[in-house]
Amino acid sequence: MKPAVKSDELLFSIGSYFIVSVFTILSVIPFLLVLSGSLTDEGAIISNGYGFLPVPFSLDAYSYILSDFSQILRSYGVSIVVTLTGTAAGLYFCTMTAFVLSRQDFRYRNRFSFFFYFTTLFNGGLVSTYILFVQYLKLKNNLLSLILPGLLPVFYILIMRSFIRSMIPASLIEAAKIDGAGEFRIFMGIVLPLVKPALACIGLFYAIGYWNDWYNAMLYITDIKKYSLQYLLTSVINKADFLTKSSMSSATVAEARESLPSESLKLAMTIVSIGPIVFVYPFVQKYFVTGLTIGAVKG
Amino acid sequence: MLKSNTGFIKEFGKNKVLFLMLMPTVLYFIVFAYLPMAGLIVAFKSYNYSQGIFFSPWSGFENFGYFFKSGVAFQVTRNTIVFNLIFIVTSVIASVAIAVFLSEMRNRYFKKVSQSFLIFPYFISWVVVAAFVYNVFNYDYGVFNEILRSLGFEPINIYSKTSYWYVLLPLLHIWKNVGYSSAIYFASIAGINTEYYEAARVDGANTFQRIRHITLPFLKPTVIVLVLLSVGQILRGNMDMFYQLIGNNGMLFNGTDVIDTYVFRSLTGGADLGLTSAATFYQSVMCFAVIYVTNMIVKRADKDYALF
Repeated sequence: MKPAVKSDELLFSIGSYFIVSVFTILSVIPFLLVLSGSLTDEGAIISNGYGFLPVPFSLDAYSYILSDFSQILRSYGVSIVVTLTGTAAGLYFCTMTAFVLSRQDFRYRNRFSFFFYFTTLFNGGLVSTYILFVQYLKLKNNLLSLILPGLLPVFYILIMRSFIRSMIPASLIEAAKIDGAGEFRIFMGIVLPLVKPALACIGLFYAIGYWNDWYNAMLYITDIKKYSLQYLLTSVINKADFLTKSSMSSATVAEARESLPSESLKLAMTIVSIGPIVFVYPFVQKYFVTGLTIGAVKG
Repeated sequence: MLKSNTGFIKEFGKNKVLFLMLMPTVLYFIVFAYLPMAGLIVAFKSYNYSQGIFFSPWSGFENFGYFFKSGVAFQVTRNTIVFNLIFIVTSVIASVAIAVFLSEMRNRYFKKVSQSFLIFPYFISWVVVAAFVYNVFNYDYGVFNEILRSLGFEPINIYSKTSYWYVLLPLLHIWKNVGYSSAIYFASIAGINTEYYEAARVDGANTFQRIRHITLPFLKPTVIVLVLLSVGQILRGNMDMFYQLIGNNGMLFNGTDVIDTYVFRSLTGGADLGLTSAATFYQSVMCFAVIYVTNMIVKRADKDYALF
């Protein structure tokens, strides 16, 4: 009996290592392919396809991006400004709201929670939101139209609320009150520093959301100077209007089209637009997993 | 009524600062969530830009009639529901499996490394994923077709037939989300008291028995809550995913156009706003109905799992 059980378990173990390894490899392979493709000579991609090794090696795509760097730089700027302000403002108001909703001595907490939660069940939909933004708030081509739609997801408020509940005992707030601290001071001086891991986790959610957003840009931005990076990439890939809308004269456009490494250019743009997320990721990843843990256990 | 009003005033007097701290968010929700709900009346109007939402003439149910008669309503609803059902089933199976495998592994280093890599696609936008997909699967020089050719098979043009997408989209959905959702399940497994496992081991239970009788039952609540949440969203398409991967490829609309992409295309394509609004109104009402009904069923079955 014993040996049979052992071999079952061994088989299970081998199987699980195998399956997880396959998934893990599949998670990174496409990135390697695109990276190598972006470093491959355009002609070779068209005639042979591309593989894991950039043969023949070429930096044409990147030097092309560098040659018209101003547009990419501007779009980087737009994405960075939107991501930073959106994340900072969103985190601040989200945490402040969650702090109030987490207070057991605040009698209307459940009513307000429902007031927020209801909007996830029923909403006005794209059309009326669009009309509101464009016709009434006049936010077309305004960067606020990229920031406001994602500023306060109800889901983040609720996660933050359970974070605060689990991290800050009511007695701590009581004690601060007895010492004469006002609510706002308690929030700024005690709550914010204590929920740092939660801020990192939800901040990462915010940052990814803002960085990867192309949808609001597509709805509200028509001025190429205000394209976010992901939307610029969308348009490079979909319409190749990168060249036609950029500031070059039409003669240079035609000339550039001739020498344009379009396939490897798309790949290089892809690599460029993944951008800071890849570099930030390893640093915030540990918070991300803790965050998920608390979020999952406490719901 | 009077009593609750004075209660409110009393509470407001007591927690003035807390109310003030809540105000920015309340205002935000009034302007960006509740005002657009009022805007839903556009669905019953023949909207024109100069008269705006409130002064455009009424048209009754004309917009809805057109939306339903054209057959679009049925087609996009069917696609949205079918794809979401596939996504829910496949991703629950895949992420629970990955989480269970990870939790049974002894090699901590392997666990950590694979978890980091698995979550990675979750951080990448669908724009980028669509670029990958195009480059891997395109007919002329995609890696996938290169491999098929070198093995002597006919290359496949996935951008010409919807049936390929019924395989590819769920696979991509798993690929992008499995790291994230398995991390949630993994976290709940980590929360299980280790004494259960020790007791089971003493009783001579093997890996399979431990998984079947301890891990899976403990995961059930998390699975149910997450499935419920996604069932509630079953009429909302993955706009990001569908639009970026399939875009405006008319050949594929039959099988892959979801409500969100239909609405988005009509809105940006300059179609009648009243008609488009009828489609979103329909979506919102259906969503609400679906959530309400699922919640009711769950409540009847087991109160603890209900969402509200």
